Amino acid sequence: MISEFIIQNAPALLIAVPLLGAFLSPLIGRISRDVRALWVLAIITLTTLLGLLVAYLVYTGGTLIYVFGAAAPTLSIPMDSGGIPIRIILTLDALSALMVIMTVTVGFSVILYSLSSDSRRSGLEAYYTLFLLLIASVLGMFTTGDLFNFFVFLEISSLAAAGLVAYKVEKGKAVEAGLKFLMVSAIGGVFFLLATGILYGQYNALNIAMLASMIQWTPLDKLALVLIIVALAAKCGSVPMHYWTPDAYSMAPAAVTAMLVVVSQASLYGLFRFCFTLYGLTLTYAVIGWTLITLGVLSMVVGVTMAIPQKDIKRLMAYHSISQTGYMLLGVGVGLAVLGDQALLSSYGFTAIEGGIFHIFNNALYKGLLFLTAGAVILRIGTSDMNRMGGLGHNMKWTMILFIIGALAIAGIPPFNGFASKFLIYESVFAFNPILSIIAMVVSILTLASFVKVFHSVFMGPRLPEYADVKEAPASLLIGMAILSGLVIITGLFPEFFVQHLIAPAAHALADQSGYLAAVLGGA
Amino acid sequence: MFLNLPFIVVVLLALIGIATILLKRNLIKIFLGLTILTSSVNLFLVTLGYREGGIAPIYTLSPAGVMVLPTPHALTLTNIVIGVATTALMLSFAVIIYRRYGTVNVDEIRELRE
Repeated sequence: MISEFIIQNAPALLIAVPLLGAFLSPLIGRISRDVRALWVLAIITLTTLLGLLVAYLVYTGGTLIYVFGAAAPTLSIPMDSGGIPIRIILTLDALSALMVIMTVTVGFSVILYSLSSDSRRSGLEAYYTLFLLLIASVLGMFTTGDLFNFFVFLEISSLAAAGLVAYKVEKGKAVEAGLKFLMVSAIGGVFFLLATGILYGQYNALNIAMLASMIQWTPLDKLALVLIIVALAAKCGSVPMHYWTPDAYSMAPAAVTAMLVVVSQASLYGLFRFCFTLYGLTLTYAVIGWTLITLGVLSMVVGVTMAIPQKDIKRLMAYHSISQTGYMLLGVGVGLAVLGDQALLSSYGFTAIEGGIFHIFNNALYKGLLFLTAGAVILRIGTSDMNRMGGLGHNMKWTMILFIIGALAIAGIPPFNGFASKFLIYESVFAFNPILSIIAMVVSILTLASFVKVFHSVFMGPRLPEYADVKEAPASLLIGMAILSGLVIITGLFPEFFVQHLIAPAAHALADQSGYLAAVLGGA
Repeated sequence: MFLNLPFIVVVLLALIGIATILLKRNLIKIFLGLTILTSSVNLFLVTLGYREGGIAPIYTLSPAGVMVLPTPHALTLTNIVIGVATTALMLSFAVIIYRRYGTVNVDEIRELRE
């Protein structure tokens, strides 16, 4: 009975549980710190289980619909509405499910990590409220089937993330970073709402599937798409709008930074979702595809070249995030550029989309891991300046091993997961345009060079006198990092399994607009 | 022409907002620009929802006639709330920045520059 209820309402509970948990945590935190930690842990565990359940349901039973307030949760079009889906709707296809899996695994690991690394700070009641709110909003962005709700979750994620970025204050520097992030997000949000208004004004609908079935590619639709691309590309930290990324990523607490990576991917997901599912074949796919490719190549090159001279370890990693975002834009952009051509799509377009999506998933894992290891180092020695680090490998062996796993994964060295997704991207992009593929490989080599430098200056060398009695990171940090590194290794060792069972369905769901429409609007 | 007037005002307001954000150096003025930009979008949504001769969608004791769909108004209300939250958070950030740096001029808030 109860399990039936949970299965039926799982998509709604997936958002409701962290949301309620967020607002109850300050109240429960009044009892004691330990009770609050247990509460937060319980909520995130429950959310993780729900997320995995939802993903299982989607991968076994196909696209999942959840309509709020309807007679039955799957009744997207009420009988008396004349064929218009008027209610708030959650739509989960295989791509959403994959993103949910990514969010809950990273969310679970970073909360475990944060319970120990941030336990001494003040203001924790607000911290965990914002953290759970951030997770809830990201899950909302991945699961919603409605343009306006996407905007609402986008704004919730901006506000929560800005609060978390500014949380440490750090003589005002963290607040400055938070303000930059909030400013970019707020302007992006306004643009996104304007696009929503333009589409609503023309088609009287907010439901993505309903809009997609009517969209025309009029000049106003073009304007709306431009606004959407600008807003979401700014929020995912793609190059012309990337300046907030290094500031926000370097000033936030490490656990928050790892989560911010997932938040950026949520905007990227929105970008892909709207290009493929909302506009689909109506847009001039070659032009928009090349736009994404250009953004991607710029992000890759600028990100990695800016990363090399950095002295602050988290700032360096933040520039690498920009560069990794470029790979995803490149992969999916190539897929979009050949969307209308069935022959090219099946020869390399799908592979490119698979590569891009797989890279989103892998990046969240290894980038999260790298930020967490950086956080562990900073926690133990109290500085993020790499010129003042050295010889930490003697005292922090486990952290060093975990860092090596993350660094090799980001550089695309087999057998780690970065290699698997980058290989898919190289292979398919080479068939599309060899020069792009060569750029991607060069960027990868530069990434490796940069991480060799980090590794050498942080962990190698003789034991420094001032760090002679530095201790290994606490167990809870190591467990959080070990979960992520375990997944990095597993996805790297068995890429075929993951591509076949998780990534390929997601890529097909993204490219298959009619399937999405049929799931929401009925067998049209 | 008369019916298009609100849309012209929307565009003007949006341009004023964007220009304020780009040209002003004082944080508080930049926030004002953002508020104007948000208001222009709110006005746009309200204008979309206007139907000549339509009546308010309140069923109790409603006069005969065609009701307007309240969705745009719901969107506007939501956006007003979000706008208030954003402005409040931004202003609180500005307070902290002013206390730490002693200025709200964006040219001087450059601690994070590499």
